[in-house]
Amino acid sequence: MSAGVNGATLVRPALAGRVGALEEFNASACMNCGVCTAVCPMGIEVLPRRLFRYVLLGMEDQVLEQIESIYSCLLCKMCEVNCPAGVHIAENVRSLRHHINRTVFGL
Amino acid sequence: MSLPTGEVIGILADNLRIRGSVLPLSKRKVTRWARGLNLPHGGRTVLYTGMMYQLIPYIEGLVKAEKRLGDSPLAELTWLGRKINRLVNISAFMARPSAKLRAVYNEVPVNVALLLKEAGVEFGYLYKDDLYSGALAHDLGADEVVADHARKVYGVLRKRGVRRIITIDPHTTNMLRSVYPKLIPGFDIEIRSYLEVLAEREPMLRTSLTGELVIHDPCVFARYEGIVHEPRRLLTATGLTLKEPEKSGRMTYCCGGPVESLYPEKAEANARRRVEQLQEAVRGSDQRSDREACEIVTMCPMCFVNLAAAAPDGVALNDISHYLRRAYVS
Ligand code: SF4
Ligand code: SF4
Repeated sequence: MSAGVNGATLVRPALAGRVGALEEFNASACMNCGVCTAVCPMGIEVLPRRLFRYVLLGMEDQVLEQIESIYSCLLCKMCEVNCPAGVHIAENVRSLRHHINRTVFGL
Repeated sequence: MSLPTGEVIGILADNLRIRGSVLPLSKRKVTRWARGLNLPHGGRTVLYTGMMYQLIPYIEGLVKAEKRLGDSPLAELTWLGRKINRLVNISAFMARPSAKLRAVYNEVPVNVALLLKEAGVEFGYLYKDDLYSGALAHDLGADEVVADHARKVYGVLRKRGVRRIITIDPHTTNMLRSVYPKLIPGFDIEIRSYLEVLAEREPMLRTSLTGELVIHDPCVFARYEGIVHEPRRLLTATGLTLKEPEKSGRMTYCCGGPVESLYPEKAEANARRRVEQLQEAVRGSDQRSDREACEIVTMCPMCFVNLAAAAPDGVALNDISHYLRRAYVS
């Protein structure tokens, strides 16, 4: 975890805006209920609730620690059809991939 | 071990940008299935394969090569592979898929063409202009490359005067129907899957079928495109008995295929879980002493290849078009 002054986590509020450039990144509706994690066939624990919270909080380093989870998502939407808050989980994951492709992989 | 994620995405995206497909195949290979069918060139309504069924045996070859490479010290050099790939099409040097596998995948578009003809649908085929939709690159988030490619595809479709497209696989259906309109303002071509077109026409039954099939819905048809009832209506009208796994229809369970190009081991583990669920659907059936044996019907080439690779002896798989052709084509 990266730390700013006084040990606080470094946040970059612009991250959510950059990630969601193509499609509305609607993770703020998430109420952290955990249904998505419970039904995910890949057993991806971090997706999407913690991950989306990192994005919304601008915690870029924490997002980048999760690259394998982000690319392991099947985009199968099992989580999405069960999400009580109507979060566009699969499209949010795709937006994150787009962001990582550009900023980390230089595509 | 998996290969470096960024480099694999880079190779696939470069291929789409430079060569128009994630795995460039010759036009001869892609259009071979249509030989002898005398399909008109183009027209207002066309059958569109998006190269998906034809590509799958080659994607399987790529994944095998990746697995071998991933376990060797050469994995460190994937970045070099990407650089070379920009100049030379390295996928052309991969092992050719077996003739048997190619035949299976070439058979599906033939089945679909014959079914549509029999149902009285008038359509043509674009031959060399039947282009890949960009589905895999879209999943991987290579958005700029996909947007450019989509505009190219739309330009070709406009030039050829296409107004209505009949698709075969779920991924091409989703790209053309739900993704392209977001990327291309004014996209105005009607996209329907052949299963929707056929179900609407209620084709005449030529040969009744008997037996029991377990149905596997692809996520992309069931949850992205809302295609759930059409395959069931068409299959049950043949006389076949359909068995539903616990996770079925809109709540179907993914075959694992979408992560195959990056994490083949994860895809395999998921496919094994799904095959077990499908086998469970026939347990308790009176006619069966061997509870593990079953026949699975798929409707997506990615589901087919993934589940088939994970299926133990006694578990058979067939594409839905295989049954529909036997029942509805004289
Ligand atoms: S199911 Fe929806 S609301 Fe619940 S944690 Fe997941 S994304 Fe958030
Ligand atoms: S879309 Fe991704 S996070 Fe959601 S259930 Fe499927 S694999 Fe899990």
